[in-house]
Amino acid sequence: MFYLKLSLRNAFRHPLRAVLTITGVAVAILAFGLLRTLVGLWYLGVETSSSTRLITRSSISLVFTLPVSYRERIRHIPGVTEVSTMNWFGGIYVSEKNFFPNFAVEPKTFLALYPEFIIEDAEKKSFLKDRRGAVAGYKLAAKHGWKIGDRIILKGTIFPGEWDFVLRGIYRGAQRSTDESQFFFHWDYLNESLRRTVPRRADQVGLYVIGVDSPEKAPEVAQAIDATFRNSLAETMSETEKAFQLSFVAMTEAIMIAIKIVSYVVIVIIMVVAANTMAMTARERIAEYATMKALGFKWSHVAITVFGESLFIALLGGAIGVLLTFPTANLLEKELSQFFPVFRISPVTIYFQIAAATLVGVVSSVFPVYRASTINISEGLRRIG
Amino acid sequence: MPVPVYYSFRNLAVRRLTTALTASGMALVVFVFAATLMLAEGLQKTLVETGSPDNVVVIRKGSQSEVQSGVERLQASIVESLPDIVMGEEGRPLLAKELVVLINLPKRGSKKPANVVIRGVGGASYTLRSQVKLAEGRMPRPGSSEIIAGRSIAERFEGGGIGEHLRFAMRDWTVVGIFDAGSTGFSSEIWGDVDQLMQSFRRPVYSSVIFRMRDATAFDSMKNRLESDPRMTVEAKLETRYYLDQSEAMAKFLRILGLSLTIIFSLGAVIGAMITMYAAVANRVVEIGTLRALGFNRASILQAFILEALFLGLIGGVAGLVPAAFLQFVTISTMNWQSFAELAFSFSLSPGIIVKSLLFSLVMGISGGLLPSFRAARMDIVGALRSS
Repeated sequence: MFYLKLSLRNAFRHPLRAVLTITGVAVAILAFGLLRTLVGLWYLGVETSSSTRLITRSSISLVFTLPVSYRERIRHIPGVTEVSTMNWFGGIYVSEKNFFPNFAVEPKTFLALYPEFIIEDAEKKSFLKDRRGAVAGYKLAAKHGWKIGDRIILKGTIFPGEWDFVLRGIYRGAQRSTDESQFFFHWDYLNESLRRTVPRRADQVGLYVIGVDSPEKAPEVAQAIDATFRNSLAETMSETEKAFQLSFVAMTEAIMIAIKIVSYVVIVIIMVVAANTMAMTARERIAEYATMKALGFKWSHVAITVFGESLFIALLGGAIGVLLTFPTANLLEKELSQFFPVFRISPVTIYFQIAAATLVGVVSSVFPVYRASTINISEGLRRIG
Repeated sequence: MPVPVYYSFRNLAVRRLTTALTASGMALVVFVFAATLMLAEGLQKTLVETGSPDNVVVIRKGSQSEVQSGVERLQASIVESLPDIVMGEEGRPLLAKELVVLINLPKRGSKKPANVVIRGVGGASYTLRSQVKLAEGRMPRPGSSEIIAGRSIAERFEGGGIGEHLRFAMRDWTVVGIFDAGSTGFSSEIWGDVDQLMQSFRRPVYSSVIFRMRDATAFDSMKNRLESDPRMTVEAKLETRYYLDQSEAMAKFLRILGLSLTIIFSLGAVIGAMITMYAAVANRVVEIGTLRALGFNRASILQAFILEALFLGLIGGVAGLVPAAFLQFVTISTMNWQSFAELAFSFSLSPGIIVKSLLFSLVMGISGGLLPSFRAARMDIVGALRSS
């Protein structure tokens, strides 16, 4: 108890220095937590994917399409419960800055396969009935102020022209992590228009979303699908939704690795700052440490007070950093909603933050502890600080 | 009379450990600052060097990249008949109708798939892209299923090396040569005969038409003529502009990320500098009093301490820039969102970045040292001399 009190008192003997160091640690721990969360968000699509959904696409790459006739043949493969079609539409709303994912889907099967998109029955009915109807996520609709019944025009990049939609429904996510910024409309609408304008591009599907009856069967069904279309003009590549999302993430992995490394750099920076504070403190108090030793305290007692002081400063800063993480995350979620659907701090991140703060405290105490415990009494007392 | 400059410098040398720790904190921040700027610079340099100022790219209106674009054969022929195109050998216009598609290829080692650009090229394509040079093997024969791979594809992707085979679009393709296109985006591409590729991919339309202008200043009038032609649904861009647009979002992302990271990180380093400088002042109260008694005025004291903080920043800046300079040997490959394809680029250090980084480190030094310096300058002589 005595050593604890001594450590705490010592920590605030230079109030300005202590406050500065604590602020530094808090900022670093906050930045560390936010960066780790950012990296985690990259993998959000992977986490929220269902294990009973498969994605089938052209084996060449995503820019190649599959004939719509595959749908019936996939449906007859044992283990398949539902098949839906999806085309990445790549439309632009007013300006490129307003990017959001938009897809042409077969609506009935799509909504059945994605139960996490919750939409009211009345809205669902009117969406299914209207071939020009579209459904937008709650966040997307809120951002642009869309209401049910509004006309929305998207400019096509892959499919030329201006496309006219009527908003028939607004979906909510079943979980907090569900993406509420997507936009869906009838695949038939796209297809009928293409039949008139560019017939060679009609009846083509970007990818099939396939429901299987149990997760264990997923690899088997995926193999069966690919075997069905082997050596055809359009060979397929089927994988679980998770693997599909992961392959996207892997393509930009280099940047994520860089951010991860940088998140450790901030910890090293603050370690250096805290170590500096402690080294200065130890140098100024050499005479005191010698006095303590002369009074009969063992070297371990002196070491423990120095160690305690260092750990206390780091943990206090760390605690403030952790507490600041939550309001900052909420703020970022509002500000960055167009890039990241959610900005959620996971418990693991908090543990990492606490561990990092502890590490800062321990490492920065190494040198002063060594100095304080090895000080020669007569030399220390002679020194004028 | 000012306090001698070496007074400030020598003070840093006396407290070696503290100076080293504070400067290394700043060095890390400068390192991150310089690294992110170098990355954005390298990306932009790669994509800008990919384009040539006299070349024009014609793609379908509204499509942002060659991959999304489609140019009908008839439209391509209309472009070919423009009078503005340079005549090449045999009196043919220096124009190439190209096909650009993406294929999924596994990387060497990790086997992770990535999107790679396959470009179907014509004879004029090589003349139009003077950066592309054959490094190993030979050129593919037109009309055969032979392909030639860019240097960074050959190194990083399975089946991309010379003599190896790639299977896509139900055919086996043999890599007969490796080309070197310097630090341009073409190094991350595979080239083959355009007609063969269109056949195999069953794509009846070209992706883009590229040609060299006789007179680059006439670009605007040519563009107007082309885009107002009722038979056309295309847009024309200067090649340099086209590739700049391709890199814009990513470079912006890297810059914003780098800037926000370094601003947050520099808070830590500035705090470190402030602690150090406050301690420097506190330890030298008597010394400051003596200097004042000797006749140095407040301004000289202020100047001496600010100089010390600036030196501290400068040491940190140089210590951060040196390791950052070595990053130039590192190549990063990642997907460019705008073209959806894999692109390799390296960190690139420009004189502008050196200046920016050093300025940044000086700003960090001075923002940490300003308050402590004022405290030193405001001390009164008698009080300072009496304190022990």
